[in-house]
Amino acid sequence: MSIEHRDDTGARFGMWLFLYTEVILFSGLFILYAVSLAKFPVQFAEASHKLNIYFGTVNTLVLLTSSLTIALAITAIQRNQIKRTLLLSAMTIALALVFLINKYFEWSAEIGHGIYPGSEHLAEMGPGVTTFFNLYYFTAGLHGLHVLIGGTLISIVSIMVAKGKVTAERYTLLENSALYWHLVDLVWIFLFPLYYLIL
Amino acid sequence: MTQSTLTYNGFYSESPRPGILGWLLSTDHKRIGIMYLCCITTMFIVGACLGIAIRLELIAPGPTIMGPQTYNATFTVHGIIMIFMFIIPSVPAAFGNLVLPIQIGARDVSFPKVNLISWYCYVIGAVLALFSIFTGTGAPDTGWTFYVPFSTHTNTNVSLAAFAAFMLGFSSILTGINFVTTIHRLRAKGMTWGRLPMFVWTLYATAWIQVLATPMLGITLVLVILERTFGAGLFDAARGGDPIMFQHLFWIYSHPAVYIMILPGMGVISEVIPVFARKPLFGYWAMAFSSLAIAFAGSLVWAHHMYASGMSDFAILVFSFLTFIVAIPSAIKVFNWVSTLYKGSIELAPPMLYALSFIFNFSIGGLGGLALGAAASDIHLTDTTFVVGHFHYTMFGGLGFAFFAALHYWLPKFTGRMYNHKIAVIAWALLFVGFNVTYMAMQAVGIQGMPRRYYDYLPEFFPLNLVSTIGSWVLAIGLIMMFVNLWQGMRKGPVVGKNPWGAATLEWTVPSPPPMDNFGPDDPVVTRGPYEFKGVVADEY
Repeated sequence: MSIEHRDDTGARFGMWLFLYTEVILFSGLFILYAVSLAKFPVQFAEASHKLNIYFGTVNTLVLLTSSLTIALAITAIQRNQIKRTLLLSAMTIALALVFLINKYFEWSAEIGHGIYPGSEHLAEMGPGVTTFFNLYYFTAGLHGLHVLIGGTLISIVSIMVAKGKVTAERYTLLENSALYWHLVDLVWIFLFPLYYLIL
Repeated sequence: MTQSTLTYNGFYSESPRPGILGWLLSTDHKRIGIMYLCCITTMFIVGACLGIAIRLELIAPGPTIMGPQTYNATFTVHGIIMIFMFIIPSVPAAFGNLVLPIQIGARDVSFPKVNLISWYCYVIGAVLALFSIFTGTGAPDTGWTFYVPFSTHTNTNVSLAAFAAFMLGFSSILTGINFVTTIHRLRAKGMTWGRLPMFVWTLYATAWIQVLATPMLGITLVLVILERTFGAGLFDAARGGDPIMFQHLFWIYSHPAVYIMILPGMGVISEVIPVFARKPLFGYWAMAFSSLAIAFAGSLVWAHHMYASGMSDFAILVFSFLTFIVAIPSAIKVFNWVSTLYKGSIELAPPMLYALSFIFNFSIGGLGGLALGAAASDIHLTDTTFVVGHFHYTMFGGLGFAFFAALHYWLPKFTGRMYNHKIAVIAWALLFVGFNVTYMAMQAVGIQGMPRRYYDYLPEFFPLNLVSTIGSWVLAIGLIMMFVNLWQGMRKGPVVGKNPWGAATLEWTVPSPPPMDNFGPDDPVVTRGPYEFKGVVADEY
């Protein structure tokens, strides 16, 4: 009765619209960052130095690599190399896990120092520092959540690849998941300098 | 009312799955639209009951039927339900889903599954919002705006309500993405941009605002929840935060949201007026572009909600100026509707009466908006019941009446049956009179200085408050009459053919109710504009 409808361009178009909404979601936090930075430039620099730059750097490398592997996975499925697609997707998922584990250690260290939203130790350090760390936790937390969602998405699509539901002829689902993953990477590319580097 | 049997059931009987699952798992845009319509109407009735309770409390100074805390919770829940669960999704989610694909000659929306997910997000949001009233430490009492610092400090169930609004926002985003993609990708052969019905144009503009603005509300509400959970202090001036930032972030969404609410209503009116004036819509492209202009200009004016919050005078000047600019495309629409009526062969059928009263109410609301958009008069009127009257004029008198117009216009299409016209006209008259008495009195008492959201008031405000409350009863009787009439009509009204109104848009070329895949095996080829009535004949019923 229902005629199968397929529109790959439409699917990509919809995904780009959705990614735009994600950008706006994060932009709220970036606006708060900009306003707070203008208000507390000195305190922001002071707080930024308390962050461990090595964790951030490792995570940047991890995410950039994962963007490469998922992009290679798209090329692989276009060439009908299913095994290679699965391998590259698995590598992306593994790198996502590495990112989250690394984040876990980073946050544990900071929470161990008494730095977390609402902590007394943070409150003692004064308004600007508190704002910096609140924003840091909320932004990185939201980003971490997106890493988790992106990883889950790629896992589900990988299963569909293995089952032959996503193929060289119709790979838009994998492509859209990859687009989502690139967004996760992109957001981090902005977060890393803002919180770890420029101050 | 004549008893007759409906021989054809359209999409009601054609479904891959039988029974209730055929609805709950359906990806058909018409079924999802009907499900939206049922939920939204239910929420409207709940919200209206709360509104009547508020008016009843305010009938006289002093406590009348509830305590202050209950009053705060009542207007908060009334606001959350009416804004997030009725006005925002009413026309786009319900009638957009029902009508848009058929109007552009498509079989369905671009992402039918996403469409269903969007409905589930709506239901989850609605259920959570209702849960927040009865569970936890009491119903939220912040007002629908969740303003900090109160919302981060009150002990009531604000987090759950905020999360509910977040889910509803997600539903709105998914609908928006679906509509933009559908309009770009799935237009039938010959359905050029210049032949799109005006309803589609306004849904297109609306969908863009939904996609562009709603995530900002999402992040703002998430931040309120985080603030409440961790006590972080991003919006707390004592800890280096800034409550004004909350207002900016909130209104960056919530002002454009006003146009999510009103634009589809304007689309409905632009459909109804040409049909019942038997004339093409005056100024097609002006109407199309004014929709986009409202969406664009409306996104730049959020801070006019904050003149009294503490902004620089220069910022107030800029936002005042930008606010006035929105009046231009809105006025273009009103003038073009009136020009369409000029020398038309006007038939005062129920949808037309609602459409005409839309123009009347919306014009009053819009002019009041100019009084509030001008900083000088706004400082006097801000947070008075004039503001409440003003936005009820645009939202209820505007979108609400457009929603009723849409119900009267399109329900025969989707049920295959006609309601009683005489009762519909009487219900309309009661609604129109009741509405104007209620909110005109509210505006008048606001100009005298009565603050909004107050539980008690000075004795000199008593007469107008009494008038307003009595008006709300007339309004309620009109609503009951209208809904009963529509329900009766849907169940056992006379059967209508394809085109009871003699309209020229595509949805009137398919049977009523439409079949599952809208147009049968072959997609339609469009050869004429949506308002070319030559040769279009109305079916008898």
